[in-house]
Amino acid sequence: MLQKNEKKAVTLRTMLAIMVLLLLVILLENISSWIPGMPAIFAPTSQLFTVLKKGAVYSLVAVSMNLLNGFTGLFSLGQAGFMLLGAYTYAILTVPMAAKDQVYYLYGGSAVKFSLVDLFQSLFGSAGFGGAVSMICAVLVGIVCAGLVAALFAALIGTPVLRLKSDYLAIATLGFAEILRAIFQWQTLGPITNGANMLKSFPTFADFNIKNAAGQVVLRLSTFVPFLLSIFCIGVIVLLIHSSYGRAFKAIRDDEVAAEAMGISLFKHKMLSFVISSFFSGVGGALFAMYVSNAQAKAFTSTMTYEILLIVVIGGIGSISGSVIGTFLYVACSEWWLRFLDAETYIGSFKVPLLRSGFRMVVFSIVIMIIVLFFSQGIMGEKELTWAGIGGLLKKLKPKKKAASAGKEG
Amino acid sequence: MRNILEIRDLQVHYGGIEAVKGISLDVPEGEIVTLIGANGAGKSSTLRAIAGLVTPSAGSLSCQGEDITGKDSNLIVSRGITLVPEGRRIFPDMTVLENLKIGAYLRKDDLTDDLNWVFDLFPRLKERSWQAGGTLSGGEQQMLAVGRALMSRPKVIMMDEPSLGLAPIIVRGIFDIIKQINKQGVTVLLIEQNANMALKTADRGYVMETGRITLTGSGTELLSNEAVKAAYLGT
Repeated sequence: MLQKNEKKAVTLRTMLAIMVLLLLVILLENISSWIPGMPAIFAPTSQLFTVLKKGAVYSLVAVSMNLLNGFTGLFSLGQAGFMLLGAYTYAILTVPMAAKDQVYYLYGGSAVKFSLVDLFQSLFGSAGFGGAVSMICAVLVGIVCAGLVAALFAALIGTPVLRLKSDYLAIATLGFAEILRAIFQWQTLGPITNGANMLKSFPTFADFNIKNAAGQVVLRLSTFVPFLLSIFCIGVIVLLIHSSYGRAFKAIRDDEVAAEAMGISLFKHKMLSFVISSFFSGVGGALFAMYVSNAQAKAFTSTMTYEILLIVVIGGIGSISGSVIGTFLYVACSEWWLRFLDAETYIGSFKVPLLRSGFRMVVFSIVIMIIVLFFSQGIMGEKELTWAGIGGLLKKLKPKKKAASAGKEG
Repeated sequence: MRNILEIRDLQVHYGGIEAVKGISLDVPEGEIVTLIGANGAGKSSTLRAIAGLVTPSAGSLSCQGEDITGKDSNLIVSRGITLVPEGRRIFPDMTVLENLKIGAYLRKDDLTDDLNWVFDLFPRLKERSWQAGGTLSGGEQQMLAVGRALMSRPKVIMMDEPSLGLAPIIVRGIFDIIKQINKQGVTVLLIEQNANMALKTADRGYVMETGRITLTGSGTELLSNEAVKAAYLGT
């Protein structure tokens, strides 16, 4: 059994690693403005930061999906739907009053006659430090509301849907997500959802960059913020999984009949897992909207759910650290490392065959097929990245192991 | 002796099939009671009805005078009745320790004493407490299933064929444990195909056939009964 002290040391080390990681992110973001002449990769517009931001957002969604699919054994495909709810809730609540007429120009303004941004600005002021406080408050309240709306919808559809098993549950949740996508593009709801047009002008990650009076960026925080939020949420999920509720979830996954015989109420715990997972998907949706600077129903397709499912499978179903590692690998490959496959390339006058727009997806599919066929356990299987594990690996290989952003406590 | 569990005219249906056709039986406190019978006699359905996994279509169940008919399994576990399900059904991807802790899921108090109790009964489980349940041998899994049920600190432990698929020597060990648990004050309701072993261990036996109880008696009485001998003991 783990000793109390040892557990404390592990927690302390994990906290420390998270702090170091966050500081590293800040350093990485700002190094190009602090030290001139850094390579182009450190420029704020480089693909590195796209990957980091998207990775942070997607890891949260992947972990929330893993909570449901990997730890509770409920095969749900509604992730994109709950993200959509989160993204729209966040956007609708935080578009500033001043921007509403322009955003909702087709519908002659918005039916939502308030904005969290203006609400907090009237409390704390809109300039300088007060402005920063009101922005942070608006964003945080917006994100929490995004999660709550997603959780509410999960609770509503949970009663009928969670009585279904395996594939049927997947079909029902997938259908739910598709219906939501259609409803949010419905013209009649235009004054609220802006119909098929995108919602924009709400606070995004870039708004967290600290600017001086002249409007120049002094300190970049646009990558740090998604990391911080994502790590916090994943941390909450990790704590949940290590609690007695987490044990009950795993028991249901392993054997429903035995779990019920132990006095675990199946429906109550499935509902709990479903609602919590949806809450964090909603939060992930809000973060996604902040990342792409707009909210648009047609972005939240079933393809997005499959993408996240793929990440969970690649990382290892039932492993939090696997999901995080899987996310960053997947996002880095799709957004950055495999981009060269899409560009027509000439070596001298020789045109490299096959390389053209779309070829990346072909290679990607093949890589995924190989993973699913030969590494069906994924990267981590059901194991977690632990300090002991990292120590052993360091001894064996002495590689530079970049700590995954969270959830490495064993 | 006081009856801890009383079953009156219990009926269980699965769709149109009547698995248990109105049985009545008593489980006196502190005894080992066994229910023997062929496959499909309705033994498991009886236990599942008591445990709250299926809802009885008629009849009543009461535990220490309290009506528990058709109640949810979590209420029944919290009243001190725990089922060791057929085929062990341990949680394969969870460690032995996690499996045991799940057994005590409804309890909020300190588990140290109970863990030590289970580890005293099954020292093998202590050695393997960090192993995944699925990696244990069949006998060890049965130990784990019994240990897990004991973690809820039950007054009545119901076992559905604990000897299923185990070597004779292991079966003897399991029955020794059953006696030991019983001596420590836990009432045992046991379902068995291994009628010989079960009747030798039990204070009282019931014979079930196609949903009805056909014979009742003390363990030794039934062992010497000609009909039982012919049908279940193969002598």
